[in-house]
Amino acid sequence: MLVAENVFFYALAAVMAIGAVRVVTTNNVVHAALYLVVVLAGGAGQFLLLGQEFVAWVQVIVYIGAVLVLFLFGIMLTRAPMRADEPLNNDLRALALLPTALLAVVLSIVLIDQFDDTKLGLTEPIRTSEVTRSIFRQYLVPFELVGVLLLGALIGAVVLARRD
Amino acid sequence: MYLNQFLLLSVFLFCAGMYGVMTRKHTVLVLMSVELMLAAVNINLVAFGAHYNDPVGQVFALFVLTIAAAEVGVGLAIVLLIYRNLHSSNPDEVDVLRG
Amino acid sequence: MAHPWFLENAWLIPAIPAVSFLVILAVGKRMGARGAWIGVGAVGVSWLLSVGNVVQWIQRVSDADDEGAGEGHVEALRAFGRSLARPFAESGGEHAKAYVEPVTRSFSWFTNGGVDLHVGIQVDGLAVMMMFVVATISLLVHYYSTEYMKGDRRFTHYFAVLSLFTASMLLLVVADNTLQMLVGWELVGVCSFILIGHWWEEKPNSDAAVKAFLTTRTGDIGLLCGVIMTYFVAAKGTGDGTFNILKVNEAAQTLGQDGTAKSLLFWCAAGLLLGIIGKSGQFPLHTWLPDAMAGPTPVSALIHAATMVVAGVYLGARLYPVFFQGFHIAGGGVNLMAAVGGITVIIGAALAFVQRDIKKVLAYSTISQLGYMVMGLGVGAWSAAIFHLFTHAFFKANLFLGAGSVSHSGAHHGFDMVSDMGGLKKYMPRTFLTFVIGAAALSGFPLLAGFFSKDEILATAGHNDYVFFMWLGFIGGGMTAAYMTRCIYLTFFGEYRGGHAHDDHGVASGAADHDHGVASGAADHDDHGPRESNNTILLPLYVLSFMSVVGGLIFAPLLFDVSGWSFFEKFPEWVEPGGPGTFFVDFAGGGLHPEFSWSDPLYATLLAALGFGLSYLFFWRHAFGQDATQRRPVLRKGKTFLENKYYLDHLYTDLVVGSVKGPIAAAAYWVNQHVIDAVLRGTGVIVKRVGQFTYDWIDQRGVDSVPDGLAVGTGSFGGLLTRTFQTGRVQWYALLAFLGTAGFALALLLVS
Repeated sequence: MLVAENVFFYALAAVMAIGAVRVVTTNNVVHAALYLVVVLAGGAGQFLLLGQEFVAWVQVIVYIGAVLVLFLFGIMLTRAPMRADEPLNNDLRALALLPTALLAVVLSIVLIDQFDDTKLGLTEPIRTSEVTRSIFRQYLVPFELVGVLLLGALIGAVVLARRD
Repeated sequence: MYLNQFLLLSVFLFCAGMYGVMTRKHTVLVLMSVELMLAAVNINLVAFGAHYNDPVGQVFALFVLTIAAAEVGVGLAIVLLIYRNLHSSNPDEVDVLRG
Repeated sequence: MAHPWFLENAWLIPAIPAVSFLVILAVGKRMGARGAWIGVGAVGVSWLLSVGNVVQWIQRVSDADDEGAGEGHVEALRAFGRSLARPFAESGGEHAKAYVEPVTRSFSWFTNGGVDLHVGIQVDGLAVMMMFVVATISLLVHYYSTEYMKGDRRFTHYFAVLSLFTASMLLLVVADNTLQMLVGWELVGVCSFILIGHWWEEKPNSDAAVKAFLTTRTGDIGLLCGVIMTYFVAAKGTGDGTFNILKVNEAAQTLGQDGTAKSLLFWCAAGLLLGIIGKSGQFPLHTWLPDAMAGPTPVSALIHAATMVVAGVYLGARLYPVFFQGFHIAGGGVNLMAAVGGITVIIGAALAFVQRDIKKVLAYSTISQLGYMVMGLGVGAWSAAIFHLFTHAFFKANLFLGAGSVSHSGAHHGFDMVSDMGGLKKYMPRTFLTFVIGAAALSGFPLLAGFFSKDEILATAGHNDYVFFMWLGFIGGGMTAAYMTRCIYLTFFGEYRGGHAHDDHGVASGAADHDHGVASGAADHDDHGPRESNNTILLPLYVLSFMSVVGGLIFAPLLFDVSGWSFFEKFPEWVEPGGPGTFFVDFAGGGLHPEFSWSDPLYATLLAALGFGLSYLFFWRHAFGQDATQRRPVLRKGKTFLENKYYLDHLYTDLVVGSVKGPIAAAAYWVNQHVIDAVLRGTGVIVKRVGQFTYDWIDQRGVDSVPDGLAVGTGSFGGLLTRTFQTGRVQWYALLAFLGTAGFALALLLVS
């Protein structure tokens, strides 16, 4: 048991957990976005712990850098209340705990049942060149398709949101 | 490190996101909760990929990331449209299909 | 006989005109006048095929003869039943004749309820003869029509229907089962209807067509019953029900000899006889034939003289054992068939005396001659009756076409002898000659065709113990000569009475159409008076006259043995199905062929001469004084009676139809309104009352309370449910979805 890894892991995990909870419970919209940043950054950290450096940094750049900025724009453009006066959770907040808890329980049982003693089989970090090799050989078509999808989404978003 | 650590973390994040989708009063916050769910899925994928020493985990996480970005773009465009039409970004007020 | 190609492919003979019908319908209009030649060509091909058939059949007969009587004997036994009353070598003095098997081909059309329906051909002597007759007359009429119908408003349509008629008649003739004959029968009836009403724009013509159709239809009731009964005759006689003619005949012969199923055979024959009465213009359903003269003259020649009207006689000949056994023709004396035929002979001839329209004279003459044929069948003179059919076709068609020639080139295109004709002998000598030949043949002038055929019938009648009918036939012969002489006198002798063209036509489409029986509507012909017709019209007349002269010789008695191949006495040899004795084994007297004696033709000739003489005196010499019929009240009444056609039309139209239309219909209506409807109305009222009560009390108060309560309950509950679940809120729906997913996951977890 490598202590450093575990420490890092648990620290990051705790932070992420708190951040996630706060995303869904805070009354301040901007705070929610910032908590999301925390979660995503924590996620990047987890990726590094897992030896997946490429996706870690891509997550930071794309997710935090672009997507979150997009969210902030959205908040701004929809004139969301930037103060924490009224509660931002609707009347389903009690009832919604049911599926949440149910799913959590079920998944946890499954996972614990299946993978309880499995140690992480990572031997060495996966290098970017392997990743890219994989993308451009085996998964070339999905890659291209995703590119096309992105293009389509981009155009779609522009079309939808333009003022005419 | 155990595999399960990562997996259970991912479950937690997923369920949190799910809760947010159901309860948040602002459409953008709903989208953020969806992002949370996607992030959880990413951790899951990458954990498995790492476990099997296969770059495929990362590859798919990358794809998920890309698609999430696309989805956010379109989603926000829709939110803006709804806002323009209804002057509200509360999902409860989009109840035209109310039976 | 190895491969009788013509005989086996005799189905082509009806098929070719059928195809020509369709072709003319399709392209005829565009081809204009040339469309007619498709029809002529098709019938020409059929004619050639029928000639081939004749040749091959004759070949077949002589081959069978050579093979000897022994085998034929066995065949005959199998085909025609068991016991022979006496070996056929004894009968009539002819040599024993081998049974010549007909060429048959058939295939199963469909099976329904255990009954097999076939389509096929049966080619034997009778069929071959009929094919030849039909094809020849049809070909000549086609050719004639190209000139006669020139400029007609529906020229190509006429030829199309003429082709169809030829095809239908040939189909009837080659049929090997009674159902197929029925199909052909009805088809020729339809074609007759169409052709009689060819100029249907004038109401009398369409009325005549309808009358023809309905009257023959009345006879067809009996025909249908008879045809169905043939099935059962076959079933009873041979064990297997079938419509096949050979088997039906075999069965009838067997049943007749056994003496079982007398009633079945009688009613079967009676039904078929009713059909014959309708189609062949026998008394009392003969009234349509004179009216059918409203159609074009070639049509009258083809259909109402030579071919369609003899379909009945053909039916009688084909299914002869049924009639023979059913009516006990062997018994002599009187039977239904002979009686019908005999009456028809006399009344037809009588009516021919008072007609002004030349075509109507010929029509009544046809009725009378058909009476001869049916009477001939009725007295057991099978070959003679068929032979008379053969010769009659030629000379009657000759006469009709001659009448057409007379009318066609006259100023009027009318057919009224008294007002439009007269003295035509010098204008139309050739037509006159052919007409006289035809009339002489009809009257039984010695050595011409009609002489042999008519006398054969009468001789057989006398021989077979049907003496009364024999005398009827003699008297009819005298009358025939008399009225034909009158007809010739009025048409060809005396002063020409036809005027020149007076007023204009006014008929649309400028076609030179022909009015019949009504001397109205003068043609806008050019004013040239009558003149001889052109060769297209004359050529068929020549051919038919020739046949009228020599056609009789093939049934002449074997008086002279021209060395080598003798032409005489060939007809029965070729046409009869089996040996003479095998067909009618019960004949008391000489059977089919009486010995030749001089007395019969002598009587016939004497009476014919008498008839001719009386007419001559009356018309040429005015021996009985002018206007005898006007002055003597008896004669006047008789003439009126004849002119009104025995008031039969009055009977049918006014009494039979009128009573149905008038009082009976009114009575039926009264019963319907006041009796039947009253019951219904009363029932309706009661039902209405009961319904009202049920509604008010049971339904509204009692039964409805249950669903009403349920409805209210369901409504509230349902409303609750729907209001809960259909909030229109996305997040609520998302919750439900996630809940479902979680539930599934749980279920999976629990199950596995």
